[in-house]
Amino acid sequence: MAILDVKGLCKSFGSLVAASDINVSVDSHEVVGIIGANGAGKTTFVNLVTGYLKPTRGSIQFDGRNITRMPPRAIIRAGISRSFQVPQVFGSASIFDNVLIALGIAHDGQFPVWRPLRRADLVSAADQILDRFGIAAHRDDRASQVSQGVRKLMDIAMATVHRPRLLLLDEPTSGVSVEQKFALMDVIMAALRAENITVLFVEHDMDIVARYATRVLAFYDGTIIADGVPQDVIEDPQVRRYIIGEQLRLKAEP
Amino acid sequence: MLTLVAISVDGLVYAAWLFLVAVGLTLILGVMRVLNVAHGGFYSFGAYTAAWGIGIYFDRGWPAAGSFFVLAAAAIAVGLMLGLLIERGLLRWMYDRDEVIIALVTYAVFLILEDAVLLVWGVDPYFAYQPSTLLGNTDIATLPFPNYDLALIALALIVGGILWWVLTFTHRGKILLAVIHDREMSVFLGINVPRVFTVTFVIGAMLGALGGAVTAPIISVTPGIGVEVIVLAFAVVVIGGMGSIAGAAIGSLLVGLAHAAAVHLLPQIELFVIYAVMSLVLALRPRGLFSQAQMRRI
Amino acid sequence: MKRDRTMACIAVVLIALAVGAPLVPSWVVFIGIISLAKGLVVLGLLVLWRTGLVSFGQSLYYALGAYAVGLAYRHTGLTDAFVAVALAAAVAGVVAFVLGFLLAGYRDLFFAMLSLAFAMILYGVLVKSETLGSTDGFAIPVPTFAGFKPGGADAQGNQIMLFVFTAICTFAACYVAQRYLASTAGHLTTAIRDNEIRVEYLGYSVKRAIHTKYVLAAMFAGIGGALVSMSVGHIDPEMAYWTTAGEFVFVAILSGPASVAAPFVGSILFELTRSYAMEYTPHTWHLVLGAALLIVIMFLPNGLWSLFRKSARAT
Repeated sequence: MAILDVKGLCKSFGSLVAASDINVSVDSHEVVGIIGANGAGKTTFVNLVTGYLKPTRGSIQFDGRNITRMPPRAIIRAGISRSFQVPQVFGSASIFDNVLIALGIAHDGQFPVWRPLRRADLVSAADQILDRFGIAAHRDDRASQVSQGVRKLMDIAMATVHRPRLLLLDEPTSGVSVEQKFALMDVIMAALRAENITVLFVEHDMDIVARYATRVLAFYDGTIIADGVPQDVIEDPQVRRYIIGEQLRLKAEP
Repeated sequence: MLTLVAISVDGLVYAAWLFLVAVGLTLILGVMRVLNVAHGGFYSFGAYTAAWGIGIYFDRGWPAAGSFFVLAAAAIAVGLMLGLLIERGLLRWMYDRDEVIIALVTYAVFLILEDAVLLVWGVDPYFAYQPSTLLGNTDIATLPFPNYDLALIALALIVGGILWWVLTFTHRGKILLAVIHDREMSVFLGINVPRVFTVTFVIGAMLGALGGAVTAPIISVTPGIGVEVIVLAFAVVVIGGMGSIAGAAIGSLLVGLAHAAAVHLLPQIELFVIYAVMSLVLALRPRGLFSQAQMRRI
Repeated sequence: MKRDRTMACIAVVLIALAVGAPLVPSWVVFIGIISLAKGLVVLGLLVLWRTGLVSFGQSLYYALGAYAVGLAYRHTGLTDAFVAVALAAAVAGVVAFVLGFLLAGYRDLFFAMLSLAFAMILYGVLVKSETLGSTDGFAIPVPTFAGFKPGGADAQGNQIMLFVFTAICTFAACYVAQRYLASTAGHLTTAIRDNEIRVEYLGYSVKRAIHTKYVLAAMFAGIGGALVSMSVGHIDPEMAYWTTAGEFVFVAILSGPASVAAPFVGSILFELTRSYAMEYTPHTWHLVLGAALLIVIMFLPNGLWSLFRKSARAT
């Protein structure tokens, strides 16, 4: 059964149509790349699936459960999580504390008012997570002062704390320097593979998409114009026209 | 029917007064993002200076008609002196601090101004009733209303009109609007934001002092009038939306009419009807009647 | 991780003060009670301030606590301090629970003004109420302590007893606050201030977190109001007025958000400064306070507490 089933999803902001009849079905353990130009509706899609926006029409099913109208916090507790294009972190806290707070929310129930947050089991779990994502060296640095790459990794690490079964990553390598992009994705994918998570990631870099995705969705103008294995989608004429671009052909060589 | 007339006219008069008192505050808040608690101090100083000036004016036996200029002069003088002193002397060192801290600085200034009033003018009340009796009364549906009160309505309309015209049609006004929307961007566009701040603060101070000056002839000017007024001004600003002059106008109107209705129909709630109106508006529109669009976060 | 000695220090100081109480003039004991009681209100403000919220309406719960005690005395003859404090906390808590549903959705100036509005509405109701004595308020008698009534006419004995009681309440409140702030919910203060979206996306409701803090702060304020009324022996609507709320905010900012002990240090300094200022410069004590506030803001950005702890971070 599909882990994520989106049917007829539409979203308008007044006269601006951000999503128009989106249909997609994702199976467990797929790694899906989402590509498209800016404004094509990729982040809107992520926002809709994770409950930040409510669709004008359509439905979203997660593991058979209708999550269309649920608020983000309920969707998180149901087993979906996401990272952000601009990392959303607790700027005044340390890297360690950011992850610790995420763990506290995950473990301490609806009224976490009495058990100390800094207790042995959560502290060691936090250290493990920092290790897995390779940011343990920045443990005590303030989140607002570390580099974008570290912040991104922490943002994604915090998203995995809940043990989600479905994870949506919004431009995980944007803002990271070119030579670090692959290293970053290697770390992320290794950490996620250990958890058996289904991943959808929004990405502009076609090399990254080709390397890590088992399937690609191409967005244009609020709809999905291509859906298939990376090779097919990248070759698709519409995708070439609207997203990737054509390579200029010089005059034929003599 | 008579009650309706009474409520309408009293409501308009109270609305006019609220607008005059609150418009300077919303201007400073909108342009500088500063919650100027000292606004109550501008009001007090304006009222006391006007009352004191009126006293001297009539002691010298000068022509009564000119007494209105004393009110205006008091407002301008107080606004200029206090505004410049506070903005250039204190606030400009604080702009990089947290908004709450800046508000506390203005609160400290307010405390100082409140006692400064006592030091300058003492604790006894001042009366400067003469200008209010000069204009006589008008009968509306057989009910007498002082023309001075009706003139307040005209003044509020004039002040509101001038502000609206300046902001919408003049170059300087557009600069103010730019700073209201995005301070950082304005700096990059070459706008002299520190000068805009100084000018705005002084104008806001003058408007606050004007509120006090025109009120002086119809109350007994005592210590503590600033304290009562500052909270009302804030409520109007919040109802209207921070930085919105139109919002302050409509907010004043809503509160003015509600207050007049309470006074005539339900006196038990007169004291807090403004807060009830504010709570109602905020429940329906959480950022006030006219608020700026919020940028998308994620 | 170094052990947090805050609660031990607080206990030591409070015990020292209690032991010293019979040795100092009664006005000092009186100031002590008032400082600690008002410090409780400020403790609640600290929790809210860490969350990025400034309530300009804690005077609502301060007054509710006092009037709850007063009305309980009027209608049932209640004088027991333990019951009074519990009643005040309960009344404040219930009202805050109801109002919290609305308030938890607001931030910044709007939260401040809306909280102020509710306090002023109570003020208006109290002033217009003839049965409650209007602006004069009414008097309440000396409290008893679980049946034990300290020597009737011995005002000094009564105040000392009340001071010890207040000190115990203070310690209990500090303990509760300290545990709360150390828990996950307690960390959802600066976290919410930093990034609400992130908190929601970690699975916790920001509204619920704020609602809980608001109720906690209200209960502290209610207890503070009850203690002050029992000490002063009088209740009036001024307790609900916005300037009273402003005073609490003043002390909160003065003390800084770094420690649960800070509100009490700030409160004691404030009450002492105010007493001396009123005594020696009765017409300019506002000026003195204003100037003091300016000095603290300009030179001690982390509040007075940073004088004690150089390493105090403004969390």
